[in-house]
Amino acid sequence: MRLIFEKSKAGRRASAIPRHEGLPAPEVPAELRRAEPPRLPEVPEFELIRHFTELSTRNFGIDNGFYPLGSCTMKYNPRVNERLVAMPGFANLHPLQEEQGAQGALELEWRLQQILAEVTGLDAVSLQPAAGSQGELTGLMLVRAYFESRGESAARRKVVIPDTAHGTNPASVTMAGYEMTPVKTDPRGNIDVDDLREKVDGQTAALMLTNPSTLGLFDEKITEISEIFHGAGALMYYDGANLNAVCGVSRPGDMGFDIVHINLHKTFSQPHGGGGPGGGPIAVRDILEPFLPVPVVVENGDGTFAFDFDRPHSIGKVRGYSGPFGVFVRSYAYIRMYGPRLREMSEAAVLNANYILARLKGTYDVPFDRLCMHEFVLSARTLKRDHGATALDVAKRLMDYGFHPPTIYFPLIVPEALMVEPTETETKETLDAFCDAMLAIAREAADDPALLKDAPHSRPVRRLDEVRAAKHPIVKFEFDEHPDVTGERRPVAAEAPKGV
Amino acid sequence: MTHPFLALTEDDRAEMLRTIGVSSVEELFRDIPADVRLRRELELEPALSEQELSAHLAELAARNVDSTRELSFLGAGIYDHYVPAVVDAVLQRGEFLTAYTPYQPEMSQGVLQAIFEYQTAICELTGMDVSNASGYDGTTVAADACYIAKHATGRTKVVVTEATNPQVRQVVKTYAPGFGLEIVEVPQRGGTTDPDELREAAEGAAAVIFQQPNVFGCLEPAPDLAAAAGDAGALPVAHVDPLSLGVLEAPGRYGCAIALGEGQAAGNFPAFGGPHYGFLAARRDFIRRMPGRIVGETVDAAGERGYVLTLQTREQHIRREKATSNITTNQTLLALGGLVYLAWLGPQGLRELGETCLSLAAYAKQQLRERAGLEPLFPDETTFKEFAVRVGRNARQVVAAARELGVHPGYALGRDYEGMDDVLLVALTEKRTPQEIDRLAEVLAEVTA
Repeated sequence: MRLIFEKSKAGRRASAIPRHEGLPAPEVPAELRRAEPPRLPEVPEFELIRHFTELSTRNFGIDNGFYPLGSCTMKYNPRVNERLVAMPGFANLHPLQEEQGAQGALELEWRLQQILAEVTGLDAVSLQPAAGSQGELTGLMLVRAYFESRGESAARRKVVIPDTAHGTNPASVTMAGYEMTPVKTDPRGNIDVDDLREKVDGQTAALMLTNPSTLGLFDEKITEISEIFHGAGALMYYDGANLNAVCGVSRPGDMGFDIVHINLHKTFSQPHGGGGPGGGPIAVRDILEPFLPVPVVVENGDGTFAFDFDRPHSIGKVRGYSGPFGVFVRSYAYIRMYGPRLREMSEAAVLNANYILARLKGTYDVPFDRLCMHEFVLSARTLKRDHGATALDVAKRLMDYGFHPPTIYFPLIVPEALMVEPTETETKETLDAFCDAMLAIAREAADDPALLKDAPHSRPVRRLDEVRAAKHPIVKFEFDEHPDVTGERRPVAAEAPKGV
Repeated sequence: MTHPFLALTEDDRAEMLRTIGVSSVEELFRDIPADVRLRRELELEPALSEQELSAHLAELAARNVDSTRELSFLGAGIYDHYVPAVVDAVLQRGEFLTAYTPYQPEMSQGVLQAIFEYQTAICELTGMDVSNASGYDGTTVAADACYIAKHATGRTKVVVTEATNPQVRQVVKTYAPGFGLEIVEVPQRGGTTDPDELREAAEGAAAVIFQQPNVFGCLEPAPDLAAAAGDAGALPVAHVDPLSLGVLEAPGRYGCAIALGEGQAAGNFPAFGGPHYGFLAARRDFIRRMPGRIVGETVDAAGERGYVLTLQTREQHIRREKATSNITTNQTLLALGGLVYLAWLGPQGLRELGETCLSLAAYAKQQLRERAGLEPLFPDETTFKEFAVRVGRNARQVVAAARELGVHPGYALGRDYEGMDDVLLVALTEKRTPQEIDRLAEVLAEVTA
């Protein structure tokens, strides 16, 4: 398909900009004036709409079908939220509006702070971080501020992270100026507590843990782990990526965690938008509250609300203004549609995951044979050994069955990993169709491995060469080198027979 | 009653539990130790139906005074530019809205090509060679630039001009200790930054961050600032307003290493501060130090052109503690809005928009002087779409009094700058009309008299 830049023709345009007679002429000093205009597309409005509509048909979202991308919680995004967030009182509200002219927005933020404190079992909330990974970094800044206030900052340089952790955890540790101490996973999929005991000491600042872990397993020794860290004077950080498993069932604060980030785009249904936006609020125990980013929304005691900037121990700001407000509107709306029934949401997510696991475990390898939480990890190790079919091949073949593939090759400790997270918003019929497809693919691997190796057969493109892209990076349209590839494709015959 | 977002019937549940081999849903949670279980209901208000929810949020929204309810000249980083309907139409396509990061390119050619086009548009705007798929906002991309510069130069100081938006400076300062960076500020002199003073401060610095137009709306001597940074061996980093780049020179054309900024003005609603997108583009030298997603062109098994996430060995899911950044979820949907908007504008629209803003701001300056007797704070400086004006009394009180008359006259700069308690920052966009500016002058004349 052609790029919008390849559809451009000088003199066309989609916009009309207001111009006014009789105003002062626009003046820019010559040395600051733009010499050559940027080569933005020149297209009429209807071509613009057709271009992006065609692009959208080459994309796949939750609205198109099942999207069991492990660790990403691809649940249904209610349409009402899009209507609500577009109301002028939200969409056109300036972040520097006087507080008296933003009471509805402030109340919504305050209510969301209260809700997230209750759901996580902690005392205070900052909504500001823009995504989970920024929540992690903010949390680690709070850890540092806390130990600085106690005069222990220089001594405590290490953050402990299990080998199953998301890559964001170690990356955040480095960005926060800490050093990572890795800890192993035991044969049941829990943290190896013996390994842990050896690694936690007076130099330890914190643990970062996802619970349930990226294996989809709840750490059965969480109380013991918490005692080890708190006993050593260190803090406990909860990566909330998997909070969808435990809402109303078990709260991070009750598990012993001191800081939690919540991925609003996962558990609380902010649409993922092809990569974002997200929201990564953090909830903390009272000992960390003085260090939270500014501003925090407070209730004045008379039913009015204000931004509190007067926090002398605050780490500062990690993002502009009070945070991604539109994300707050959607997540607040989502939670209000559940109320205390959030527990049913988590129960359904866990039931769906265990059902798929039960149906697939005879056919795919299960590295940790336990009940799972909201997601689980399979391995295609045997499939690879016996038939040469890899997790990647299984993933690509799933596309031909109309499903988005699971997360693959993560967590790193499981070879040929396939990480499946169905979420709660699926019918049993969909779960069964997915299981049937996974079982059929395992049979195909034995009978006709080329079906997998050449997959996908039904998408707008065939398998793409990622190595080539990285070796010779082309990261923008090169206007000067008109490529001889037009991008127009011949139709590709799908494997399934068409018509009757 | 089954919740509208759930689907399992009693029969479904029974059959699924049988397949799993447990007798109840409760049993699925048996790995969670009893002492960390919540033994009560969550204390949340009862579930609302969609209809009840809509009424509740409409009531909250009605208690906000947005730019459709008062005549607003607020800017200071977030601007009330027009967002055309085509942006909403594209962003509401479920295929874009409800997809995630394009890890599986065959499922995601739509968003991958769109990001490739976005990267192209940002590089064209800024005159740079490589853009990422977006950062969180215009503040965090400045922190990203500090991290790039630190690793590219091995130096541990970053210079930021005082005339850079305070939100940006605060975020950079918050990130700095973790990066092992010291932040030094260079004061404004008469509304802009002095290149000589900047050169001196930049000695031994990894980067110099300045804003064009700066927070006061004034045009910095940007080529001189970039040269001054370069003289000191620091990377020149320009924080730019994307909508100024039809009339103002692209940072890549005057020697900047990195160009970045807040994308909101280009295609996103103000939305009380977000979500928006931050853009970050750089010279090709820094391609392997860039944070976040980058889309590259490649071919498929049949030799046809296609797009993939590329240079992923920079990123956290591969490099972990050695990654160039921890970012994963970014602002793709908002950046897509930016692309649609820039394609809607086109090069002519972008230039005309800049010219309309320049003219309206010049007219506003004139009217405030003539009708309200208010003088610009920096009378000798050229401005773009925003300018600072002395109002002769506490600007916050002026804001309050003007709002009583239905006009939000701007941002009280004393909230961020010492000695500017009587200064108002007035922003114009193409949505304002000469008649509205006349009204502003009238109201300010009244409340400052």
